[in-house]
Amino acid sequence: MNAIEVQNLHKHFGAVRALNGLNMQVKQGSIYGFLGQNGAGKTTTLRILAGLARADEGMVALNGTREQLQGVPSDHVGYLPEEAAFYEWMTPLEYLNFSGEIFHLDTHTRKTKSLELLEKVGLKEAQKRRIGGFSHGMRQRLGLAQALINEPKVLLLDEPVSALDPAGRKEMLELIQSLSGSATVLMSTHILADVERICDTIGIINAGKMIIEAERGELLDRYAVSALEVDLANGDAARITEMNHAFAQMEGVNSVMNTQNTLHLQVKNPQEAASKAMQVITAAGVQITRLEVVRPSLEDIFIQLTSEGKVQS
Amino acid sequence: MSLWTAFKKEWLEQRRTHRLLIAVIVLAAFGMLSPLLAKFMPEIFAMIPGAEQIASIIPAPTVNDAVAQYIKNITQFGVLMALLFCMGAVASEKEKGTAALVLSKPMGRGSFILAKFLAVAATFAVGMAAAALGGYYYSYFLFEPLAWGPYLAMNGLILVYMLFYGSVTLFFSTLTRTQFVAVGGAAAVLIVSGVFGSLPTYGKFSPDTLVNIAAKVALGQPVESWWGLWVGLGLTIAVLTASWLVFRRQEL
Repeated sequence: MNAIEVQNLHKHFGAVRALNGLNMQVKQGSIYGFLGQNGAGKTTTLRILAGLARADEGMVALNGTREQLQGVPSDHVGYLPEEAAFYEWMTPLEYLNFSGEIFHLDTHTRKTKSLELLEKVGLKEAQKRRIGGFSHGMRQRLGLAQALINEPKVLLLDEPVSALDPAGRKEMLELIQSLSGSATVLMSTHILADVERICDTIGIINAGKMIIEAERGELLDRYAVSALEVDLANGDAARITEMNHAFAQMEGVNSVMNTQNTLHLQVKNPQEAASKAMQVITAAGVQITRLEVVRPSLEDIFIQLTSEGKVQS
Repeated sequence: MSLWTAFKKEWLEQRRTHRLLIAVIVLAAFGMLSPLLAKFMPEIFAMIPGAEQIASIIPAPTVNDAVAQYIKNITQFGVLMALLFCMGAVASEKEKGTAALVLSKPMGRGSFILAKFLAVAATFAVGMAAAALGGYYYSYFLFEPLAWGPYLAMNGLILVYMLFYGSVTLFFSTLTRTQFVAVGGAAAVLIVSGVFGSLPTYGKFSPDTLVNIAAKVALGQPVESWWGLWVGLGLTIAVLTASWLVFRRQEL
């Protein structure tokens, strides 16, 4: 059964078309990574699902109920926006208590749940401090805590770990991952490594349209042999630049990324591309230590799909 | 339930952000000062060089002067505070994003708006109670005791007058995301209402006549027209309803 179902969703902001017939299906209990470039329509989708915005056209159903079309928030949804804003004069404990009260939780449950969540997100020590003095990371942790106060069936997270340091990010991702099975998580993010790490399903949106939606393994397998990696031995900048240009012009190469001394080439036919790449390398006079056909990362797939902008079946 | 939850949060905010304290201090101060100013006005003029002549023509102050001074001061500063307290009530919550986080939960937008108004009303009610006590004590001490019933009715009418402008400011705060635009809109209504109130035939329908009604009630004089009160109350309800209707259609 799908916890979230979106069909043919359209949304305009004046002349700007934010969503252009978006379709999405999120299975119950899954952790869904929602990817897309800036302005692709991720936040708009989440705001519609959270009941803060209305779609111009289309259908949205949460837990099998078409309850979000009129911009009405649900009892069973938790939402964390990209920039979670709180009342500066409140303490985290007060805010969670207030949030719990909106969801009609009784006093005992609110107190227990608030303390438990503050412990989980690492804010127990700061429970009586004013939120006004919190860092961006602390606010994001509190944002996740308030989104979980009602033990939601559906959790909507807009860039939930973007402001956290590596250690904080790891903890938060583990916390989100621990929800797998008990809640359905729809998480938008720019950090593809995080998606690769915790999401079991991935959807990529481009220009307001879903261009691919698949389970993580299936997505990676589908694009299994389409990248070449070249480790460079010497660092002659001019020659490397010349070689990069040659790679970019090479037939069958979708993109070239240069990370320190490693070149990463997205290609259509890796065997053919490997042969051509050797010719380019020899012609440029650049020494290499490795040329290998590699399994693509999610980043490769993301760049390939969003640059092509094609609808994949 | 949703309204009560929202109200508790708003009331806590009134206390935490010291709005309640400010309202009590300002209104109580002017409540106490007004009879004092009325009583010592001739002496004050007598001490100003060149104004001694004015002091000599001022008639001996009475309790009526104390009441007039009280109404003038409390309404001026009360309306100013109503504008300041309500201008960011919704606008700044929309601008900062706090409203989006709260309203992504099952909190009704009507409750969200009404709770803000009720919290401001409670703040002003407490402030007016402090002002009334201070004003009554000094009027009694410096002049003569005022009749409790009319005095309380006068304070109630002033409260309605202030809350009318509070609701108007709240409406503009709902319309916009900028609190200065909200206060500008409310100030425009204040001016228009003042001008309308001075018109000979239709002036009686202006909520600004509440000030005159309050003065007459306090002094036991007959009130020719109660239209100002009914229009003020009606417009307050209408403006709050309009705020809700506007807000429920807004995207956050």
